[in-house]
Amino acid sequence: MNRTTKDTTLGIMECPTVSETNSRLSHKQGRIIKERVIETLLFLAALSSVATTFAIVFILVYESIPFFQHTTVLNFLTDTEWTPLFDEARYGIMPLVAGTLVTTGVALTVAIPMGTIIAIYLSEFAPHRVRETVKPFLELLGAVPTVVFGYFALVVVTPLLQKIYPDLPGFNMLSAGLVMGIMIIPYVSSVSEDAMRAVPMHLREGSYAMGATRFQTAVRVVVPSAFSGIAAAFILGISRAVGETMIVAVAAGMQPNLTWKATESAATISAFIVQVALGDLPHGSIGYQSIFAAGLTLMLMTLVFNIIGFWLKKRFREEY
Amino acid sequence: MSASVQATLKAEAKDLNFYYGDFKALKGISIPVHDKKITALIGPSGCGKSTFLRCFNRMHDLYPGNRYEGEITLNPDNVNILSPKVDPIEVRMRISMVFQKPNPFPKSIFENVAYGLRVRGINKRSVLEEKVEVALQNAALWNEVKDRLHDLAFNLSGGQQQRLCIARALAIDPEIMLFDEPTSALDPIATASIEELMDELKDRFTILIVTHNMQQAARVSDFTAFMYLGEVVEYNDTKKIFTNPDKQQTEDYITGRFG
Amino acid sequence: MQQSVAEIRRLIARHKFWDYAFAIVGMICLMVGILVLLSLFADLARTGAPRLTPAFFTSFPSRMAEEAGILSAWVGSVLVMVVTACAAVPLGVAAAIYLEEYAPKNWMTAIIEINVTNLAGVPSIVYGLLALGLFVYILGFGQSILSAGLTLALLILPVVIVATRESLRAVPGSIREAAYALGATRWQMVSDHVLPYSSAGIMTGIIMGLSRAIGETAPIITIGALTFIAFLPNSPISPEFPFVNAKWLMDPFTVMPIQMFNWTSRPEEEFQLNAAAAGVVLLAMTLAMNAVAIYLRYRIRKKIKW
Repeated sequence: MNRTTKDTTLGIMECPTVSETNSRLSHKQGRIIKERVIETLLFLAALSSVATTFAIVFILVYESIPFFQHTTVLNFLTDTEWTPLFDEARYGIMPLVAGTLVTTGVALTVAIPMGTIIAIYLSEFAPHRVRETVKPFLELLGAVPTVVFGYFALVVVTPLLQKIYPDLPGFNMLSAGLVMGIMIIPYVSSVSEDAMRAVPMHLREGSYAMGATRFQTAVRVVVPSAFSGIAAAFILGISRAVGETMIVAVAAGMQPNLTWKATESAATISAFIVQVALGDLPHGSIGYQSIFAAGLTLMLMTLVFNIIGFWLKKRFREEY
Repeated sequence: MSASVQATLKAEAKDLNFYYGDFKALKGISIPVHDKKITALIGPSGCGKSTFLRCFNRMHDLYPGNRYEGEITLNPDNVNILSPKVDPIEVRMRISMVFQKPNPFPKSIFENVAYGLRVRGINKRSVLEEKVEVALQNAALWNEVKDRLHDLAFNLSGGQQQRLCIARALAIDPEIMLFDEPTSALDPIATASIEELMDELKDRFTILIVTHNMQQAARVSDFTAFMYLGEVVEYNDTKKIFTNPDKQQTEDYITGRFG
Repeated sequence: MQQSVAEIRRLIARHKFWDYAFAIVGMICLMVGILVLLSLFADLARTGAPRLTPAFFTSFPSRMAEEAGILSAWVGSVLVMVVTACAAVPLGVAAAIYLEEYAPKNWMTAIIEINVTNLAGVPSIVYGLLALGLFVYILGFGQSILSAGLTLALLILPVVIVATRESLRAVPGSIREAAYALGATRWQMVSDHVLPYSSAGIMTGIIMGLSRAIGETAPIITIGALTFIAFLPNSPISPEFPFVNAKWLMDPFTVMPIQMFNWTSRPEEEFQLNAAAAGVVLLAMTLAMNAVAIYLRYRIRKKIKW
């Protein structure tokens, strides 16, 4: 700020003499160094995100290595029981993966249809004012802490479901999945709505000009045009559901249980990590090692979904 | 406003006013649209020619706050297509439109042309195939695309895309075709091919075209309306407008003194 | 084949049915989504209300549900947020400035950009594992406020970066050219012009990020936050010179969402009331932060028209 002011006054007052010009240029050296230092610092800050990724991968792999001295990767993937903390330990990740997939499945059955319908409705049907009111509201819902949703699932939704299915256990994947689905709706609808709004108006006009109704335009032109964005929204929803922890930890139960029935109680990968972390966790114990192995599995699962999403995005990139 | 060319009336705007919110964009427009003829709308940008064109298929209904006053009657049934009682979709099924910028859908060439038919609930493969071929032939695109009907429409060149959009509009056999500066986004060669195409179409279709290009209006149209500041200054035979206009303003515009 | 007008009308009537049907289904979905949540919140508020007394905010957790409070939890949350903000804001804003204003178009930049996007999709519990291995053991910060704050800082880094980049991008190029034309260096251009003009947008992103952090439970549990803490960390402000101290950074702690989780997982009915009350406070905190952020953003959109 100071320097610029001085420069301008110099320029306005009178033509600078040779010595003045030289002294002004002597700033140049310092200026260049300062710029260099700042740029380097900014670059390091940007690099910190890459470092975070490397650190995540490194820690997960490094801390899992001792775990795989207790068991083989094959056994880890094929054994049907997960009891690493018992005396007769079994190290099969399948029950936890099953629990994760079932809760995710239930959540997506709720969130994908409802989120997509809400997105289409808001983008193509709702009057401007409704959209402007509802969008921030949906964003607010996306910000509710997940532990609050966990409370809902356990204290409100499960008792309600038990009125319909009296046999439902107090901890069950159904109620956790349903609440998780409701939690994910704002993510799915908000991202897909953005994708649909980004479809240029002239495509819609082209469709309306052919005599199409709103519904025909939405389903036949807008949704296919925004497909990659909608797919990204679904992937985001899936990632959220797979990694979601507190709802399942509170409401789905903590017992590893190899089942595909949503009405049963079962632990997910993330719930297992929470359960172990809640207890005493000495560095280097088998409990400590097992949560990193579980975390690595979770990370790989989200990675697979993200790769699918990336591929979908590339394959169906919008070209308007 | 006497027309020396003999023609039957396909549609007629009668004292049409149009408002974008509080802004009156069209003021008391009355012109005829003759059957199987090309009528051109010319005028400087912002004169309301596109706004007027978009009244014909109720495009303005898509946006809130727009309002029509007056009538556009469509023959043979002499219905006022601007009446709130008439569904805009019904109007659009009878009157199709080609836009300024080619706007093919992100679908195959075939599906683009078939879109209007599908929207009408026609899904029979054999019918679609036949109609798509006819439309593409009418749009002089068939020979270029017949071997790749299932390619994505975006892979076509700009001129081809615009002819595809014309084929899409033709496929539904419209009573009137609206062209909104259809060549303004195209290069001269593509423009020439579109103009040639319009010349072929004019014996079979009623065409209303907005153009910023006076030579184009003079070349392709039978009748011309010169618009300025939301009003029709002069409407007449194209030949008359371009050789001996009645109004000084028209002459000034045509000779390039403003606009 | 020009269809007759009557035919067309029948067709439209049939097609329009789907328009109406979908509009109704859409509205129902929206209502279901919103009403279910609203009724859940109402239920939470109703259940928790009797516990929301001043004493609830000034008491430590206790074995007696009626006497238990959230003092250590909200103090812990505030302190953790201070650490998170101090770490995430400079780092995130600097990274965004680099990516938006400095970064050359090369593979390095591409990697950083893809990386930021992917980080946003990493489950929060994985950040907890990272922190457990890195901060708690390798760096030896232990199960402290510092570890928790840094963990959440990494977690919200992508949010801050993305939001900051968006608001930087909204400053038009002509402003940058104007600054350069007056002889400003790149950093002068950024610090004198681009940053001030986009500060409100950056603020929005920071608040959004912090509101996400304040509700996060899983990563904090993973690093081993205690669920029952009946004391406060050392005070950050001391009566003697230099009036601040850093001892609190290494203290054990608990935070609001963990306190709520703890009460929720108790079998006794009375503790569910405490959980609901804590939920109300937590919700009020996050929703208030978000409302401020959303309000700020809408105001910017209205006010600034480049």
